[in-house]
Amino acid sequence: MSEWWTYSLADFLLFSDRVYERLFELHNRAFWPAHLATIAIGLAILFSSWPGSSRRTGLRLCFAALGVLWVSVAYAFFWRRYAAINWAAIYVAPFFTVEGLLLVAFAVAGRFARPKRRSASVIAGWLLLAFGVIVYPLLAPLSGRPWTGAGVFGIAPDPTAVATLALLALTATRAGWPLAVVPALWCVVTGATLWTLGDVTFFVAPFAAAAAIGVALRGEREMEARPAIPSPRPEP
Amino acid sequence: MDATRRAVVHGVMAAAATAALPVIGRAQERCPTMRRIPASGEPVPAIGLGTWITFNVGRDRELLDECAAVMAAFFEAGGRMIDSSPMYGSSQPTIGYGLKKLGFPRQLFAADKVWISNPAGGPAQIEQSRAHWGVPRIDLLQVHNLLSWERHLPTLIDMKLDGRTRYVGVTTSEGRRHRELEKIMTSHQLDFVQVTYNVLDREVEDRILPLAQARAIGVIVNRPFRQGDLIRQIGRRPLPPWAAEIGAKSWAQFLLKFIISHPAVTCAIPATTRVDHVRENMEAARGPLPDEPLRRRMADYVRSL
Repeated sequence: MSEWWTYSLADFLLFSDRVYERLFELHNRAFWPAHLATIAIGLAILFSSWPGSSRRTGLRLCFAALGVLWVSVAYAFFWRRYAAINWAAIYVAPFFTVEGLLLVAFAVAGRFARPKRRSASVIAGWLLLAFGVIVYPLLAPLSGRPWTGAGVFGIAPDPTAVATLALLALTATRAGWPLAVVPALWCVVTGATLWTLGDVTFFVAPFAAAAAIGVALRGEREMEARPAIPSPRPEP
Repeated sequence: MDATRRAVVHGVMAAAATAALPVIGRAQERCPTMRRIPASGEPVPAIGLGTWITFNVGRDRELLDECAAVMAAFFEAGGRMIDSSPMYGSSQPTIGYGLKKLGFPRQLFAADKVWISNPAGGPAQIEQSRAHWGVPRIDLLQVHNLLSWERHLPTLIDMKLDGRTRYVGVTTSEGRRHRELEKIMTSHQLDFVQVTYNVLDREVEDRILPLAQARAIGVIVNRPFRQGDLIRQIGRRPLPPWAAEIGAKSWAQFLLKFIISHPAVTCAIPATTRVDHVRENMEAARGPLPDEPLRRRMADYVRSL
């Protein structure tokens, strides 16, 4: 791209704010009442990841269900819906698909940690997960958009990405860090899109992604700071 | 200097040229200012219809119908040239939807582009564009933003020789790559160039527009309102009283009259989603246009706001 310094974000935006809003309205209308099922899955993930009461099998199912939702968002939202107004969505869909498949593989491999201690960072991660599942749809009316255009977990990409980052921050070991790349990048992309469209909620997804990364880093430090379990046999 | 002397009346001279053009719906009351395409002498109204962003509405039936209504108002007002690109999301299928709904108005002048870095994919993309429009051929094919122009332009010229298009051109926007554009204008036989030109972005006045006149190349003007920013910036201010001298009743008409009064300009292509706006835009192509002293005053005034 020549004279690249002359381009602004607005030069890459192909559609108006009204079209983008109606995109979500039409998508929601097309998939209602699947929202009830995806929110139920989200609530189950919330319940399963509550620190102290989480079970390994439950968390496996959480990651597997998230993986399926990522693949469905890739196909239904990016490939079938968003690509109609943004040709770049066709290139995003494979990334969401791969993320979904990796989440399922992650569930099978079981290389995640269970949130046991109710530390500040763990509670913050859980609240972030609750934000993605429960609070995210409220952003639509708060920013002046109709309820019918709300972003719903498992249906729209933004809350799905935020909730995924939160669950990874709560449960992932270092093996899970690569899984955070696609959702974090998407949070940046969607923030840039909404900022260019003049949406007042543009900062929410990038901020949530940053918060999730902060929770994950804090969680790692806490684990490293924990005293090592003494060996049953004293070393010679 | 009184109003009559200051304004150059172009509208009337176009009447004869447009008399033979069929229109849909109710008959036109007044003909818009027409410009002749330098390469052929074919008359086109000085205001066309752009589709960047505004016609990218996906499969949203409600918005598709709104775009069709804009097209209907455009044709009713005597409009001809609609411009699009494969880069504009679903704009081409939206145009096709509108044309089908309106019964493919005969006065349509279809302007589209080829926009693909791999030159081998050009012909297939052009054919897909044509299919989206639902027309037998695209009247004007342009290389979008000079992308791979060295390879696309010969293809377009071949298509013109075969009768698969009538005119060829290249486009730029927002003042980019003007030096390269100049070289192409000098070294190739183009029918059209498309550039950004408005009351604040006037770089093309120095070299591109005079070169277009010298080489008999038609000029299509994009971003006449800087994608609406200009209207948003100055729209709350009252029009200067002397805007009445050229019959400008709104800022949109003021800005469009500035553009189309440049003798090198063939057609400006403002984009809109609103029927009242397309009528307002088309109205700018009627009645008197500013002469050079008044054009300078218009530019100075907007710059001072």
